[in-house]
Amino acid sequence: MTTVATLSEETDSPYALSHLDALESEGVHIFREVAGEFERPVILFSGGKDSIVMLHLALKAFAPAAIPFSLLHVDTGHNFPEVIAYRDRVVAEHGLRLHVASVQEYIDAGKLRERPDGTRNPLQTVPLTEKIQSERFDAVFGGGRRDEEKARAKERVFSLRDEFSQWDPRRQRPELWNLYNGRHAPGEHVRVFPLSNWTELDVWQYIAREKIELPQIYFAHEREVFQRSGMWLTAGEWGGPKDDETVEKRLVRYRTVGDMSCTGAVDSDATTLDAVIAEIAASRLTERGATRADDKLSEAAMEDRKREGYF
Amino acid sequence: MTSTTDPTEPLSVEQLSATTLLRFATAGSVDDGKSTLVGRLLHDSKSVLTDQLEAVAHASRNRGQDAPDLALLTDGLRAEREQGITIDVAYRYFATARRRFILADTPGHVQYTRNMVTGASTAELTVILVDARNGVVEQTRRHAAIAALLRVPHVVLAVNKMDLVDYQETVFAAIAEEFTAYASELGVPEITAIPISALAGDNVVDPSANMDWYGGPTFLEHLETVPVTHDLATCHARLPVQYVIRPQTAEHPDYRGYAGQIAAGAFRVGEEVTVLPSGRTSKISAIDLLGRPVDVAWTTQSVTVLLEDDIDISRGDLIVPSKDAPATTQDIEATVCHVADAALTIGHRVLLKHGTRTVKAIVKDIPSRLTLDDLSLHPHPGHLVANDIGRVKIRTAEPLPVDAYADSRRTGSFILIDPADGTTLTAGMVGESFASPEPVKTAADDDGWDF
Repeated sequence: MTTVATLSEETDSPYALSHLDALESEGVHIFREVAGEFERPVILFSGGKDSIVMLHLALKAFAPAAIPFSLLHVDTGHNFPEVIAYRDRVVAEHGLRLHVASVQEYIDAGKLRERPDGTRNPLQTVPLTEKIQSERFDAVFGGGRRDEEKARAKERVFSLRDEFSQWDPRRQRPELWNLYNGRHAPGEHVRVFPLSNWTELDVWQYIAREKIELPQIYFAHEREVFQRSGMWLTAGEWGGPKDDETVEKRLVRYRTVGDMSCTGAVDSDATTLDAVIAEIAASRLTERGATRADDKLSEAAMEDRKREGYF
Repeated sequence: MTSTTDPTEPLSVEQLSATTLLRFATAGSVDDGKSTLVGRLLHDSKSVLTDQLEAVAHASRNRGQDAPDLALLTDGLRAEREQGITIDVAYRYFATARRRFILADTPGHVQYTRNMVTGASTAELTVILVDARNGVVEQTRRHAAIAALLRVPHVVLAVNKMDLVDYQETVFAAIAEEFTAYASELGVPEITAIPISALAGDNVVDPSANMDWYGGPTFLEHLETVPVTHDLATCHARLPVQYVIRPQTAEHPDYRGYAGQIAAGAFRVGEEVTVLPSGRTSKISAIDLLGRPVDVAWTTQSVTVLLEDDIDISRGDLIVPSKDAPATTQDIEATVCHVADAALTIGHRVLLKHGTRTVKAIVKDIPSRLTLDDLSLHPHPGHLVANDIGRVKIRTAEPLPVDAYADSRRTGSFILIDPADGTTLTAGMVGESFASPEPVKTAADDDGWDF
């Protein structure tokens, strides 16, 4: 009979880290590398769960000292009020400095034009990249995860952007071992993704383990919503519902938090972290597939936006 | 494998918490069924979800294809879809009740050797696929050589397409034997051969009814149970200092902590340590594991170490046990894989990043280039071009505490960077190219092959 090495009963040594500990340690390592190698890093902070986990990792990485970075929020003007309130509370609690790049200001000044479909997500790129240039940020942390989307699966942890903030997937630097290369010329910057190797489920498990507070819209609640393109959108002054769309009250929660105009709610009765985790583990839809309109625009929507400088 | 109606059972919260992480890489030639295997692992572990499959089906229809083209699931870039080939490493994620997996999905073309090196550098296991009809081919030997060079601890030989050779044991045994002999000679420490059919699903997730002569684990079972860390007792402890934490607040006026991710081994409170390259010594007074004081911390944990004495330490220094300090040197001999499009030449002035330290360096000599096909050495090639593997002698501007890559993948590795534009030029591994083969074991303690 042909056989192979017999399986060991003991699968892991006592020194093996749990997957959450391994991901946490790697994330902290990435924050500290940036702190050691860059002059003006900034953390993109939207008040969404990924950026909340990023902030939590950063707080741990430098404790008991303060985080040596400021925060940057790209405000579309269509954000959920609960999320803005959360953002401001966190900033005050940790004594952080918050930069805001405002899509509304760009529209009011005539520098950006509202899209016919009303979504403001793609409009974030210009205020974001101009803020990076004007503040001379040289490292910009984003909460992007490679499991979100197939173009993001190709993304490096340290991702060089040129002076126009453009991503060129064919000219990426190979990333070897944990030796991240942060070299960049003046005017260029590096997008840094400490959660690259995390999945949606990892993020939720970590939030549960670390008992991190989240904006309440992540948990099931009654909300006035209407249906558009198969998604439940929140009614509001941003532009919905239209005449042929009807508002109804439903028990929903959000899996991602972005612009109100393109982020859909999902039907859910999950009011606790454990219930949310169980719901995601059983879901047959990705978080983007379930709730994001912007990625459905074309097969390469994410790649195209990333090339332009989107995070 | 395109079925969407049979989701695996959802995992409970308890099941999801106590898992470990395995990083592994795939390697394979163009038509050996790698994407089918990856697709099946992702699909059967519920990592391909309905909306992703729908998107693939939609895109396939737009191209006029009858059936969903599963390569569209993994080819994330416009250029890859246009050309129908995989250009670059992609990282994929899936989970079972027992473990989480990070898969470095690397293209198999020979011109993408650098991508396999990239994927293998962080992998604890490499999967080398062969087509059962073709057996061990040139490309298989290249993949085995790279796994050996990168010192990937576990190698799986997946003999695929067993359905096309009538599931014959003799076919599998001959391929497994030839590969094991070759890879052992290169010093690959552990080889597991598994006969599979990725397309039919034999021995991938479920045991095959077609190969009852096979008594080993299925592919997924092996991934779930292979040990993920080495015995720390034999490791040299190493902590590259990333950042010095000094709050300078009323609450912590004198706190001075050295933050870093332990690259190898373990550190204990009370241990005598030496800081390199200065050679100053002190004792560890406390270890902070991200907010929790601990007595001992070990490899890949990110920690902050406090010392009894106030000595000068900064980013780039290496903290080591005083009884186990590496020598420092300005002359490094290494095996490298050149990863940039521009060539590496003798006299090239570069930056060398080792651990958390980046120093100026010069390429003094390129004694040989390795031909992966037959492992022969081409002497004095003069330069290395993209995807070349060769021996290099480097002189650094400052002394560095380097370990042999054979002893420590983290403190024995480095990258070379172009100081002009920041390009990552070369991946380097200090010391001998290939590990010595395992000493021949006696029959009594042989837990490996049994023909």
